[in-house]
Order: sequence, then structure tokens, then C-alpha cells
Amino acid sequence: MSQRLHVATRKGLFTLDRHGARWSITRTSFLGDNCTLVMHDPRPIGGRTRQRRTKFSGQLVAALDHGHFGVKLHRSRDGGATWQPIGTPAYPPKPADYKPRMPAEGAPYEWALKRVWSLAPGGAHQPGRLWCGTLPGGLFRSDDHGDNWEFNRTLWDDPKREEWFGGGAEVPGIHSICVHPTDPDRLVLGISCGGAWITEDGGGSWRCSGPGMRAEYMPAERAFDPNIQDPHLVAQCTAHPDTLWVQHHNGIFRSTDRAAHWTEIQNVKPSAFGFAVAAHPKDPDTAWFVPAIKDEKRIPFGGRVVVNRTTNGGRTFKTLTRGLPQKHAYDLVFRHALDVDESGDRLAFGSTTGSLWVSENGGDSWKSLSQHLPPIYAVCFEKPLVAG
Amino acid sequence: MALVRFTQNIQRHVACPPRNVEGPTVRDILNAYFRGNALARDYVFDEQGQLRRHMAIFIDGEPVLDRRGLADPVSPAGTIDIVQALSGG
Repeated sequence: MSQRLHVATRKGLFTLDRHGARWSITRTSFLGDNCTLVMHDPRPIGGRTRQRRTKFSGQLVAALDHGHFGVKLHRSRDGGATWQPIGTPAYPPKPADYKPRMPAEGAPYEWALKRVWSLAPGGAHQPGRLWCGTLPGGLFRSDDHGDNWEFNRTLWDDPKREEWFGGGAEVPGIHSICVHPTDPDRLVLGISCGGAWITEDGGGSWRCSGPGMRAEYMPAERAFDPNIQDPHLVAQCTAHPDTLWVQHHNGIFRSTDRAAHWTEIQNVKPSAFGFAVAAHPKDPDTAWFVPAIKDEKRIPFGGRVVVNRTTNGGRTFKTLTRGLPQKHAYDLVFRHALDVDESGDRLAFGSTTGSLWVSENGGDSWKSLSQHLPPIYAVCFEKPLVAG
Repeated sequence: MALVRFTQNIQRHVACPPRNVEGPTVRDILNAYFRGNALARDYVFDEQGQLRRHMAIFIDGEPVLDRRGLADPVSPAGTIDIVQALSGG
């Protein structure tokens, strides 16, 4: 099981290590800065020998949003001991004659990086390849570990992209990148609000996912339009990558045919609203969610922090509470702030109020690691390489 | 040559030492400054070449009038200050 957890927060990146049965913060990076996302890429850099002398394999990439000074990416190849700035994804020049405007708002489309919203390593045999999803909706690819980024023009130039709109943010964004573990040119993206998009050829061509997602925030005529859905996160089962789970703005959906069709999971208590979902790495029928009161309130039901787990493909859920606060707790868990390790037994999640919990038994019980971190945006276990 | 100075807050991210730079407008002067410090450009301008929303530029204590084109003239003895706008919080 993973022995290291990275936690991206409003005021820096925190690294926790497990020693014996205890977790403790062993490193802080970028303290005081807004660290919005962290990714661990387990693939060895420059061959296995180069990093043999350290336990750490691969690289970490952290996204910082400096507000006034813009969004930056930094990389560490020594487990976070040192960091170096790397390339920042850059949108191409906006054509002077580009006329389309955002649907509904009618505002001009943004053509500049607003946020790095997703990061994912490429396949095991695609050395250096990284994917980066952004606000306002552009996808970028790097083939040199993040030194340089190439804008995916095909997706951006698809006319259906101009139907996307913001969900939570003022502009649309790509928050989920599910890379097929054994066929890494096959990607499924999650986009708010643009549904799920699929490529089978490494980004050369794209199509919007099949039907089944439902948007109750749209007029009835558009409710089942796949291109205006608001999946808050798309999570993939590593061992069965045709199985995808979606925590959506107004429900939970599942696909067992790699986004060709989606099935809504009904009657989820206490709520089908939330942001985060974690898919079991081996069992396609198991997933975890952190429910909240929809969407105008965004607090836990009854002031009780709970995790919902299904082990039968969504037919039933068990609401897990042991070790979680059950009175006057108002923690909200953002979409990237729940993670499961490669075993499927160890999970962690963090909240907007700076609480961090870990489970060692698939969510049956939880242990508080901190109640006073800065607002947590993302948690990320260091995981081993999945051979492709 | 005009003196270009940056807010102290940017210095912990990227070095931007004060320098004297020649040019008729703010845009010309900053382009010349950043030719020798490309990393810093990204902290002040976005990839479309637009001044970041919450950055502000003053010429001899007066805010620039042309935030998009940065065509405001600068006298050879002028001082350009690049600071954070309070609009950013």
C-alpha cells in the first residue's frame, strides 16, 4: 500500500509519510502559495538507474496559482525535496476575427490559461508524456515530462467545444483525464460543462461520449444532451478501464462500456450530489463518494461528514461514518480531494475546512490526520507504475 | 533610459532587478526588459501578451491609460513601476 500522500492546499503542498501505523507531515513545499493540484508520475525518469539511489521514482508536478502572477507548474524529481519551474501550458494566439461567444452569457471566449485543472501521466511506454486539462477548456500534451506543452488543436477547434460553458467557474474546464492503462492513446476526459469526451488515437480525433447523463439544470429539451453535462469528476477502474464512474452535478452515473453509454444510479442517500469520486483500482463494482446537500448549499447533510461506498456497481450504498465527525461538521470535499491507493484499501480525503482523513480498510473506518490544514484542493497517493 | 522597477512581491518567484531600458512606450520598454528575462514576462503578461488582470503599471506615479496596447509614452528620465493591483485581493 502507498506510504506517502501529497496534499495540495490554498497555502502550500503538504507531504505525509506513514511510519508504522502513524501518518505525519514530513515536508511542506510552497508554503503560503496557492497549490491547486499535485500529480505523481511513477514512471522512472531517464531509465531506472538514474533514480535507483532514492526510494522515490518518477516525478511530482505541482500546479500553483499565484493570482496576480498567473498559473505556474513546478516539478520535483526527488520526492519534493527540491522543485524546479517547468513549462506552463500556453494557449495559441486568439485570431482577431474569432467571433463566437459563450452560450448563455454571451461573453467572448477566453483564450488564455486560467487554471490547471487536471494532470495525468501518459502510458507506461510513453516516456515523458503528460496530459494537462485546463480552464477555459484547452487540453495540452507534453512529451518531455512537462518542459514543453502542445495545445490539442483538434479538440479546441471542434465546433461542439463552443457549446461548453462554465460550471462553478466562469469558463468551462477539463478536470478529469482517464488514460487507458494498457492502451494509453485512449483517453476519456471529464469537462464542466461539456460532458465526457473520448479519443482513441492519442488526441488526433475526438467525440463526445454516448447518452445517459442527465442535466436537471437545463431546459427539458436539452437535459440529455451529452455535450452540456456537468460531470464533477470522472474516475476509471484501473484493472477494468471500461468501467467509469461520474460524480455529476445532479447525480451519479456509471459506464461499463467506456463512455459509450451511461446509467444513472438512483436513490442514493443521503445525496447524489458531491464533487469527488474514487474508483476501486481492481474491483469495477466498488467506488466511493462524499455526498453533500445539492448545490445551492454545498454542506454535509445534518452537519455529518460521511463517505458513501458501493460494492455492487451502484445498486446499494453503505454510508460510512466511523471516525468521521457526526455533529456540526461543514466540510466540503472538492473533486480532486479524494484518492484511493493501488490496493483499494487505503483512502484519503481532505476538505475545504482543512480536515484530512485516511482509511486503511476501504472506508470502514477513518482516522483524522489534521483538522487545521489550509483549505484542501487535492490529495494524491504515490502509487507504483501500472505496466502497460 | 527609463528605470523599470518591480514589486518586491514578485522577487520571491522570479528575479526582476531594476534596470534602465530604452524605448518610447511602456510596451517597447517592457519588451526590451523581458528579452533578457523571459521567465519574468510570464508573471506580468499572459500568453496573449495582455497585462495580467491584477497587475498594474505606473509611469512616474500615474497609472497607464492604455492597459491593452501599453502605448503610453515614457520620457527618457521616466520611471516605470510594475506592481500588484489591489483588485486582486
